Amino acid sequence: MQALFDEFPVILGAFWLTIRLTLASGLLALVLGTILAGMRVSPLPVLRGIGTAYVNIVRNTPLTLVIVFCGLGLGLVLDVSFSTSLSTNYLWLSIIGLSAYTAAFVCEAIRAGINTVPLGQAEAARAIGLTFFQNLRLIVLPQALRAVIAPLGSVLIALIKNTTIAAAIGVGEASLTMKTLFESHGDAVVPIFFGFALGFLILTLPTGLLFTWLSKRLAVVR
Amino acid sequence: MSTLTAEPRKTRKRASVPDRVSVLYDAPGPRARMRNTVLTVVVVLVALLAVYVMVTKLDEKNQLNADLWTPFLRGDVWINLILPGLFNTLSAAAVAALIAVPFGFVFGIGRLSDHAWIRVPAGAVVEFFRAIPLLIMIFAVMYGGSAVFGLTVTPFMAVVTGLVLYNGSVLAEIVRAGILSIPRGQSEAALAIGLRKGQVMRMILLPQGVTAMMPAIVAQLVVLLKDTALGFIVSFEDLLNAGARVLPSNFNNIIPAVIVIAIVYIIINLIVGAIATLLERRSRRSRKTSAQPVAPPGAVVAPGSGDISAVD
Amino acid sequence: MRVRRIGAVVIAMAAAAASLTACSGGSDKFVIGIKFDQPGLGQKQPDGSFKGFDVDVANYVAKELGYTGDKVEFKEAISANRESFIQQGQVNMVIATYSITDDRKKKIGFAGPYLVTGQDILTRADDTTINSVDDLKDKKVCGAQGSSSPKRLVDKFGDAWKGQYLTEQQGYGACLPLLENKQVDAISTDATILAGFATQSPGKFRLVGKPFSEEKYGIGVKLDDKDTREKINAAVEKMFKDGSWKKAVDANFGEFGKFFTTPPAVERY
Repeated sequence: MQALFDEFPVILGAFWLTIRLTLASGLLALVLGTILAGMRVSPLPVLRGIGTAYVNIVRNTPLTLVIVFCGLGLGLVLDVSFSTSLSTNYLWLSIIGLSAYTAAFVCEAIRAGINTVPLGQAEAARAIGLTFFQNLRLIVLPQALRAVIAPLGSVLIALIKNTTIAAAIGVGEASLTMKTLFESHGDAVVPIFFGFALGFLILTLPTGLLFTWLSKRLAVVR
Repeated sequence: MSTLTAEPRKTRKRASVPDRVSVLYDAPGPRARMRNTVLTVVVVLVALLAVYVMVTKLDEKNQLNADLWTPFLRGDVWINLILPGLFNTLSAAAVAALIAVPFGFVFGIGRLSDHAWIRVPAGAVVEFFRAIPLLIMIFAVMYGGSAVFGLTVTPFMAVVTGLVLYNGSVLAEIVRAGILSIPRGQSEAALAIGLRKGQVMRMILLPQGVTAMMPAIVAQLVVLLKDTALGFIVSFEDLLNAGARVLPSNFNNIIPAVIVIAIVYIIINLIVGAIATLLERRSRRSRKTSAQPVAPPGAVVAPGSGDISAVD
Repeated sequence: MRVRRIGAVVIAMAAAAASLTACSGGSDKFVIGIKFDQPGLGQKQPDGSFKGFDVDVANYVAKELGYTGDKVEFKEAISANRESFIQQGQVNMVIATYSITDDRKKKIGFAGPYLVTGQDILTRADDTTINSVDDLKDKKVCGAQGSSSPKRLVDKFGDAWKGQYLTEQQGYGACLPLLENKQVDAISTDATILAGFATQSPGKFRLVGKPFSEEKYGIGVKLDDKDTREKINAAVEKMFKDGSWKKAVDANFGEFGKFFTTPPAVERY
């Protein structure tokens, strides 16, 4: 138990990194996922094809593999370098991996949301002469996004938990820190585990409640 | 329920609309067709350029050298180095699934119990393991097993335990949703003819519920299979380990190896995913149940799209 | 009903898989735990055979103890499970880059050492700026997660250095492409491990050759099995004397064999 208090600043720092990872990846994934969803409903078969292929490939690849590939491949192949500091560099590589992966789920959520928008809405929009982009931007997406707030909340919760996999390329977020603490405090494995589990409960449970509340609050009244 | 996207099933219903056209845009006229053709060419060119840049970059870093890729054409490389990893991945997934499914049924039904002393602990267990990351569970089993109980925990055991606790909890929610999706009248009628609670569950609710749950359960098993790759982080000798540690130690070809292994994972998951879709179609067609197919918790299912996938 | 039949098939397949993993290994065999993914030391090859310095020592010792050919079986021992493998009797001995330490001596017995090495540095062949451990203070270094080598550097240079200059990957194999393509400037761990990886790409890497720690690789056996320990010690000493040891060094460490010229003295206790 003592170990938990002694290491409290370290644990807090680790969770702060988890939160930053989540926010950065979540934001990127939302943008990329919306673009992908737009591609998957677009008039161009080639865009639809690319969007579908992306979602099917990414969704069927283990996240651990995606992250390992980003850590090894991306820096190498694309000469990506975000910072002179190695830890910052790997932080960004893991953010790319996490957002590329999460975007596929965001895309599917939004696409499902688009299907909840009544047919008449889009038909009316077409009738007054809106183009595909105007239709999507002004009529369909605003309604679709409000309909998928709860599912997007689930995606966000999954993302919070998935940030732990950044440990695979040595990003010192909560799970890797927990493992390091296990190694240095072999006699305090149980309190350390419950400390970290509590930390994740504090992150995931309120997020779920918040999104449930938001989805009710912002639901489109029909 | 009609949908906005271009679903073949849907367009068949609206015979007047040509195939592959959604209500989001008009059927293209001559000018729109022209514009679409130009845009298609542009998109294809951009995509080709991206591929070209990646290939030249890979080539620059000598990652396209034949000797890094030819090992994958050799039978003995597959038999001795890759397939053992695949076998470990599949056996970890199979063992975990075999334990997680009963776990899910016990806790899912437990949460529906009339007795608070069963319902509350079952709910607490399910919510706890669903809310924390799988990886910290695996670490906890790996280190806690020896530190607390003096057991020697192999990576296989740690991975399977973690997978069972997490996926079992998710499956418990699926089971609960499946049983709740059956109209109340069914159990009321069963009780009225004198069946006891256990009999109602066993003879009335579960047989119908299982049909409704099946697609969601299989979708969750795809997630379970994917999650075995976490074992790599605790040195479990799985498929990812074969790609990222064993092959490179022989051929110094980590990037080609990871790419090939990714393709193997994708093929396996697509097969399991196809089974999930098949089951969903079947359960929708055979109306032996009064319940609609249930979605995994938090999943988004396009109405009538037949495309169930768990959020992971 | 079809659903149920599919379920039954899945369950049957899974049960078959589970039973296959459960039964393996025989009783009259001499089982040796080695590394499977450590080039130069213990490595599983595409044809299913094993290669490396640890493997050569293992084969020599097994032969001296009266086991040859298919009486010898190799089993993968990863760092985390070496002690438990021995304690549970899953293997007869472990030769897997296994450093003799006082902590481990409480759980198992050690014969040997058969090789003494130390933490060293691997750089690109054309990089002349790194010549000792102190040069790493402003260089990017790659290490393996869970290995004690990166910890030693962090103890030396501090946490700020760790954030700026250290990355910890899944094993040293993952570090090599990073070093080759200048994502990092150095890899630091046991000289033997570095030499094993570097011999795979001749001419690309340079081993600094100034170890700053001492690791004695021993052969792990059961704690109370003094008899076997003595026999192994005798075998190892014979290997030192008859030139097989030198031959194994040259065969497995190539151009880096010059760093391992003299066999260590066996420690009997």
